[in-house]
Amino acid sequence: MSIGNCFHCGSEINRKEEIIYDEKKFCCNGCKTVYEIFSQNDLTCYYDFQASPGVTPLDIQGKYDFLDNEGIVGKLLEFQEDTTHVVSLYIPHIHCSSCIWILENLQKLQSGINTSQVNFPEKKVRITFNSEKTSLKKIVELLCSIGYEPYISLDNFNEGKKSIDRSLIYKIGVAFFCFGNIMLLSFPEYFEVEEYWINQYRGFFRWLIFAISLPAFFYSASGYYVSAYKSIKSGMLNIDIPIALGIVVMFIRSSVDIVFDYGQGFFDSMTGLIFFMLLGKLFQRKTYEFLSFERDYKSYFPIAITKILYDGSEKSVQVYDIQKGDRLLIRNQELIPVDGILVSQKASIDYSFVTGEAVAIEKKSGDKIFAGGKQLGKVIEMEVLFSVSQSYLTQLWTNDVFQKKVAIKHKTITDSISRYFTPALLGLALISFFYWVFIDVPTAFNVFTAILIVACPCALALTAPFTLGNVLRIMGKRKLYLKNATVIEQLAQVDTLVFDKTGTITTNKKTSIIYEGVALNSSELIVLKNTLRGSNHPLSRRLYDFIPPQVSSEPNEFHEIIGKGIFAKFADTSVKLGSSQFLEHMSENTHKKTKVHIAINGVYKGSYVFNNQYREGLEQLFEQLAKKYNLVVLSGDNDGEKKILEKLLPSTTMLVFNQKPEQKLQYIEQLQNEGKNVMMIGDGLNDAGALAQSNIGVSISENVNVFSPACDGILDASQFNKIAFFMNYSKDSMKTIYMSFALSLVYNVVGLSFAVSGNLSPLVAAIIMPLSTITIVSFVTIMSNYYASMDKPKPVRARRYQK
Amino acid sequence: MSVIYILISISIIVAVFFLYAFIRAVKSGQYDDDYTPSVRMLFDDELKKNPKKNPIQTIKEKQV
Repeated sequence: MSIGNCFHCGSEINRKEEIIYDEKKFCCNGCKTVYEIFSQNDLTCYYDFQASPGVTPLDIQGKYDFLDNEGIVGKLLEFQEDTTHVVSLYIPHIHCSSCIWILENLQKLQSGINTSQVNFPEKKVRITFNSEKTSLKKIVELLCSIGYEPYISLDNFNEGKKSIDRSLIYKIGVAFFCFGNIMLLSFPEYFEVEEYWINQYRGFFRWLIFAISLPAFFYSASGYYVSAYKSIKSGMLNIDIPIALGIVVMFIRSSVDIVFDYGQGFFDSMTGLIFFMLLGKLFQRKTYEFLSFERDYKSYFPIAITKILYDGSEKSVQVYDIQKGDRLLIRNQELIPVDGILVSQKASIDYSFVTGEAVAIEKKSGDKIFAGGKQLGKVIEMEVLFSVSQSYLTQLWTNDVFQKKVAIKHKTITDSISRYFTPALLGLALISFFYWVFIDVPTAFNVFTAILIVACPCALALTAPFTLGNVLRIMGKRKLYLKNATVIEQLAQVDTLVFDKTGTITTNKKTSIIYEGVALNSSELIVLKNTLRGSNHPLSRRLYDFIPPQVSSEPNEFHEIIGKGIFAKFADTSVKLGSSQFLEHMSENTHKKTKVHIAINGVYKGSYVFNNQYREGLEQLFEQLAKKYNLVVLSGDNDGEKKILEKLLPSTTMLVFNQKPEQKLQYIEQLQNEGKNVMMIGDGLNDAGALAQSNIGVSISENVNVFSPACDGILDASQFNKIAFFMNYSKDSMKTIYMSFALSLVYNVVGLSFAVSGNLSPLVAAIIMPLSTITIVSFVTIMSNYYASMDKPKPVRARRYQK
Repeated sequence: MSVIYILISISIIVAVFFLYAFIRAVKSGQYDDDYTPSVRMLFDDELKKNPKKNPIQTIKEKQV
């Protein structure tokens, strides 16, 4: 029964569990404790910036013991000198201004912390602390206690301070400086008034302009020369060749003009061109810093694990140091980093990281357990069979797909056009040169250079960056986060879509539950619900939420046999629920579906069946997509759901079952060999190979801050039914690019007609170039926004972060 | 008329100074995170309005 929302975390409060403290309502003790900490330290401002910004702190007992190990701490620190230590921690929960505020006031909660600074886009907090007064372990525990648990994984292990590449910003700054000053100094000449004073100072202005243009020419534009040189060397004509050629010719011609006093030169256009093109590059380089597209198993794995020594004592060791034969201790919610054999009696392992399957798997003593699973429940002991790098899951990463550094997989649209553009341009320039040579030699040189200057494909080079940059942002707003702009072009070329089943087309959030068997009467429901309250098993929790609210009563007797079921005794009834073995009831196809069986007073009543629920809008999506694309559903599960899927999905959809991770990868490879452009949509680590092999791998995530395998794009699960829109939109944006190419061609023709006839004055160039740039940029922005508005986004429902 | 030399030189020097300031700002990392400072700016005022009433209590002390 909901009676309002928690003051701290905003989740609904259960009447039975409500806690009132300081006239405020809380949903649990954890939230209350956080509030207490804040109020005692005068930090209740936290709740002023945003209503209920917090999250319930999780139990972390013993989880960060490895931070006592100095070797590990040393690897995590960013900087360390005497007692001053600096550490950067990634905290996925950072989501609002309250988070920034509280994290920047950490020094009030723990002495020894000097400063802490949040980087919001990266969701990181950088803490400077005194190692004599406090320790990293204490800080991490403090963060956990206020609900901001940092994420420390194996990935952090080799991470020093990353250097950030800021050269593009410097280049833009320099180019803008040159462009602005040259424009200003060129102004008197634009009017070409033959006045005494202009003539007097002309030389001074021109040489000053020449001097100012040097940094732009040599520094800002340097990237284009390098790229042009590389492309000539590799025999591929890309767009940078005509750009570099244009800039160089412009510079030489203008220098000659100044030296021999022919005119003022084209320095203004040249620097403007460099500036605008660099701006396009910056615009296209939109990145989502808080997401990572390059993850491998290292981001999932813990950095250290508890090892049991021969004398029975426990010690934290680095995951890389685990050897065959070691005994490890895995706590509740801890990830198993290596393959091994279970030593403890029983374990309940959640492989949702690996397979997307939410239901935990039971293991008995002596069973093999694989890396990537998460232990739920009691502490277990295991013996190691393979070291980290040799484990079953991590071996997937030794596949070639992960080794090669995405060599030019894809040719961009601009590059393929410039393959024709460059030779045509050079041809035209040479023809006009030879035509004019017979008439007038100086004019011939003028025309030759003018053509190269005017045709310098500024507009052409700007079209794609601005369109794709804008589309990237629009898609980001609609929760499809792409790695870079090239992905959009590839998206438009896709002809085959491959979906993973579990976790991708099914959701693991809401499992629909059906009851099968003898109907339960209301008093039976009461005892059932009250029995379930005592259990923490994921299925019990879900079933508890599913059964409508009942009068509460406490059982007289309650036993939970981990991995089997629950037995509870009330005043006049006894309840037994759990697996079919536990109830000694064998029904047909028990192993194909997840069921919780119920017996009341020793009489078998029936079972609750947990169905995989398909995502909302799945049918319509597949129907829309089936018209244009080949569809495949690739599943690692058995074919238990084949019949349902066949009914649900269009008949053209291929259904492939029982696929191991490598087989998924090979399947994609095979499709590609048939000449298909494959887009893979998956979620778990078992799809990682397939995602890397496909032309575009999109990983789907219930919460984008949580981890997803390496991919080209991350799609928020709530937008799953919009895939068809995104596919269409990518095609429309390519259409936009073609249209604006046509537009820029018009400008080129106009400019060239000036150039060929030998009439290109610096003034004309100075007008045509910015004008074409502005029209192109505004044209593509308007068009891409127009196409995006074709599909009005539904009013965004308030989504809570990290529940 | 030679004043124009001085004026132009001054204008260029001012421009160079701004370019230098910009490069220094980029180098010090000011452009790496363009969102957080905009939020942080608003907090400072908030803090002054709420002077501390109680002495600082650390987690540890509280638990004792």
